[in-house]
Amino acid sequence: MKSDPEPLESAPPPRVQRGQAERLIRTWEAPRGWRYWSEVNNSEVGLWYIGATLLFLAFGGVLAVLMRIQLATPDNAFLSADLYNQIFTLHGSVMMVLFAVPIFEAVSVLLLPAMLGARDLPFPRLSAYGFWSFAIGGVFVCGSLFFNIAPRGGWFMYPPLTTSYDGGVGADVWLLGLSFIEVASIAAAVELIVGVLRCRPPGMRINLIPLYAWYILVVAGMILFAFPPLIAGDMLMELERELNWPFFDARRGGDPLLWQHLFWIFGHPEVYIVFLPSVALVAMMVPAFAQRPMAGYSWIVLAAVGTGFLSFGLWVHHMFTTGIPGISLALFSAASKVVAIPTAVQIFCFIATLWGARVVRTVPLLFVFGGFTTFVIGGLTGVMVALVPFNFQAHDTHFIVAHLHSVLIGGTVFPVLAGFYFYYPLATGKYLSDRLGRIAFWLIFVGFNVTFLPMHFTGMRGMVRRIYTYPENIGFDTLNLVSSAGAVFLFAGFATFFWDLLRPKKHAPYAQRNPWKAAGLEWLAEMPAKPWGVRSIPEIDSRYPLWDQANLVRDVDEGRFYLPDAEEGERETILTTVIDARPVQVLRLAGPTFVTVWAAVFTAGLFIFSTFDMWSEAAVSGVLALVTILVWLWTGTSLIPEKTEKSIGLGLTLPLYATDHQPVGWWAMFITMLGDFTGFIGLIFGYFFYWTSRPDFTAHPQGPGVFWPTLALTLALASWLLTMLARRANARNRGPVFQASVLGAGLAAIASSVAMIAGPVVTGLDPETHVYPAIVWVIVLWTAAHLAVGAIMHFYCSARRAAGRLTATYDIDIVCVTLYWHFVAVKVLIAAGVLAGFPVLS
Amino acid sequence: MTGDSDELPERTWYLVLLALGPAVWAIHFVVTYATVSVWCARLVERSGSVAPVRSAVIWYTAGAMVAIVLIGWSGYKRHSYGGQPPPHEEDTAGDRHRFLGLATALLAGLSAIATMFVGYSAMFFETCW
Repeated sequence: MKSDPEPLESAPPPRVQRGQAERLIRTWEAPRGWRYWSEVNNSEVGLWYIGATLLFLAFGGVLAVLMRIQLATPDNAFLSADLYNQIFTLHGSVMMVLFAVPIFEAVSVLLLPAMLGARDLPFPRLSAYGFWSFAIGGVFVCGSLFFNIAPRGGWFMYPPLTTSYDGGVGADVWLLGLSFIEVASIAAAVELIVGVLRCRPPGMRINLIPLYAWYILVVAGMILFAFPPLIAGDMLMELERELNWPFFDARRGGDPLLWQHLFWIFGHPEVYIVFLPSVALVAMMVPAFAQRPMAGYSWIVLAAVGTGFLSFGLWVHHMFTTGIPGISLALFSAASKVVAIPTAVQIFCFIATLWGARVVRTVPLLFVFGGFTTFVIGGLTGVMVALVPFNFQAHDTHFIVAHLHSVLIGGTVFPVLAGFYFYYPLATGKYLSDRLGRIAFWLIFVGFNVTFLPMHFTGMRGMVRRIYTYPENIGFDTLNLVSSAGAVFLFAGFATFFWDLLRPKKHAPYAQRNPWKAAGLEWLAEMPAKPWGVRSIPEIDSRYPLWDQANLVRDVDEGRFYLPDAEEGERETILTTVIDARPVQVLRLAGPTFVTVWAAVFTAGLFIFSTFDMWSEAAVSGVLALVTILVWLWTGTSLIPEKTEKSIGLGLTLPLYATDHQPVGWWAMFITMLGDFTGFIGLIFGYFFYWTSRPDFTAHPQGPGVFWPTLALTLALASWLLTMLARRANARNRGPVFQASVLGAGLAAIASSVAMIAGPVVTGLDPETHVYPAIVWVIVLWTAAHLAVGAIMHFYCSARRAAGRLTATYDIDIVCVTLYWHFVAVKVLIAAGVLAGFPVLS
Repeated sequence: MTGDSDELPERTWYLVLLALGPAVWAIHFVVTYATVSVWCARLVERSGSVAPVRSAVIWYTAGAMVAIVLIGWSGYKRHSYGGQPPPHEEDTAGDRHRFLGLATALLAGLSAIATMFVGYSAMFFETCW
């Protein structure tokens, strides 16, 4: 009955197998010597990424210990108030932005291709660029502490504290350093979404994908809608700090609450962005330890997708005490309670799977159970603080500190530690120590509870967060001392874990293959793993292929499935369709290069020089970044293959270049532009927020008038139509028409950009005087910048066609640029409509 | 089984439909929040009545519920295709179709609860504060 292809009936002769394996190794092995750092393969980049996040975890952990030493006794002078401010700010920022989010990206970059039986994710260079950006940005932000210039406004950087009362560069380090790192997260989101949707092995239909992939799809989607509003907010705050544009200055019409909105639209989903990938790891471990399929696969999909959405309706519960109307608070309080439903559903599924199974008791499972209990405590206190009246009492006290640590350590850190013990053999071929693992677990589990359980009471007794000391005999002394004692255990536990991770294992035996008898494709890996990822890409018939598909390991190893060779010495993987994973293309993947490192260095230069007001150096860096990225695109993307198609075994021949209208580049552009569009909507939200919060917002608008925005819109629409015309002309191979329309589109885009800026210039809007001109200016600049980037894309396509790198058949460049312009057209329409139309209406 | 593939060609749209129930919840939430904010910040005093807002929220909630029920029903119909019970884990177009239907229906259920709960919370208020 089955129509799926079966593996080859007999193995290829050993000589053929050896030849294939040699060619695969030659193609996939990392460069040696200093060139090693030019590698872009996920198995190397993933390890570097994980290594860097662990360093930041250790750094953040040491900061936590310093805080607990300071708070151990009353009137302690161990840390000064200023240093304490820097330390708690960095601790929160580092743990959230340099550990919790990137560890998910790092683990996914390393594991996702293996789980999907892919050789790599579709944009290896993008992953490498993301990693280098993250590493440089992270070192910059952490390093600021050693020069006593670290941010000191708390991890959420509330203005006016950070705009009017913080003169140093600390806030700029935070705003620019972390914005830069967020770019890396968006890059990872692009990579992971396209990976899950298009790089699955043939036959892995959407109802068969590993639960991990579902979670990652949801989380990557959340990043696109959560991070850009913060980037928009960062931009506003930086403009206020550097150029005195009064976005958060109430005296000139601004409103500090806008920052809180933009921050928490990011900040609350962020909690789930770090929580869901950890649950995803649990969802991979639980069936392995129960040795049976997960109960309620569809219910877990419900939980992942449902939590992803609902988590966006909670942000105001961080702002219950800011004077927002009670009826609004009720809406957010209700949503905060509803999110408990999908969160609980997945926990129940895990318990149901383990219930009655002959569970294999191991260190990872210990951490999973520790995580469950801790997370449930945090979840229940979460329901408490979702109640508005209780929240009024607990707000800004140590009760909140205890709650958030229970959620984050229970929901994120414990499962990640479990993941380390579970997946360590896959990454290194060796086991972590069972004995040290148990010691680490109990130290961390006991240490955590001794530290944070008393903190609930410290908070309810009234101890406020973020104060560097307290007087004696007001009821805080013993509780704080107990918490600090617990921190010692916690620290010892993590030290044990790090020692286990780093201790030399040269003489330790290799782990056996698939040591947990798990069912996922990642366990096809040999010990130690080969650089090719998977020897041949299997046809999948089940959710648990290693359990259900007989002889799968043998067939994969002997190259009886797809793509068992690298005849041309090119790195390749199979692209499949979104729903049924039908193979449609062999994707050529980019190999090692330093261009991604340079692109990250120059992008970092742009942000870091800006922090210190070194504007000319920043500008030079920015231009160099742009040039490097163009070189990267020109030499490494949309390459015309030497032949149109190739045979990949089992009678299947696939094209080497996308033949449909949605190549992976199209997906990447679409996803990036969704994120970009969210940032833009964040600014438009700001415009209307000021309108609701300030009665005089558009009372006397001098500009930008109707004429200039309308002219900009007309020119932008002309550019958009010309872009589509260029795409048609290219498809029909009419070179001159293509060149005329694409160059015309570029010029129209530049003219539109100029007209956009002319609006506020001609009407004399001074952004320093009031928030109205300031927000108009920022929307104008954002739109104009996108028009200018669009023009660069036009000229790039013109040059590509002239150089013979863009043809009627090989047309990905213009396909992607057209998609970019669809988004720009909508953005200019909204911007012009709001800026020109709204003052007239109101 | 093999006939399924011809009857049920893959449509990326069905994956998008999965998220449509929660998307309706999100739209309902944003529109409700925007209405409340504009009403309380621009149109009435601190002690002003929110009765018109309550009526609006009832209409929003009713509209959203109709949409969610339709989405859920379409999911349930696909889940019931061919009369096979879950877990829909076979490597067939039929099970893929049934799985996407079931997930759509489950998410519509969650969205219905969330939409009603959020709408309901606004019913307790006489004034903005």
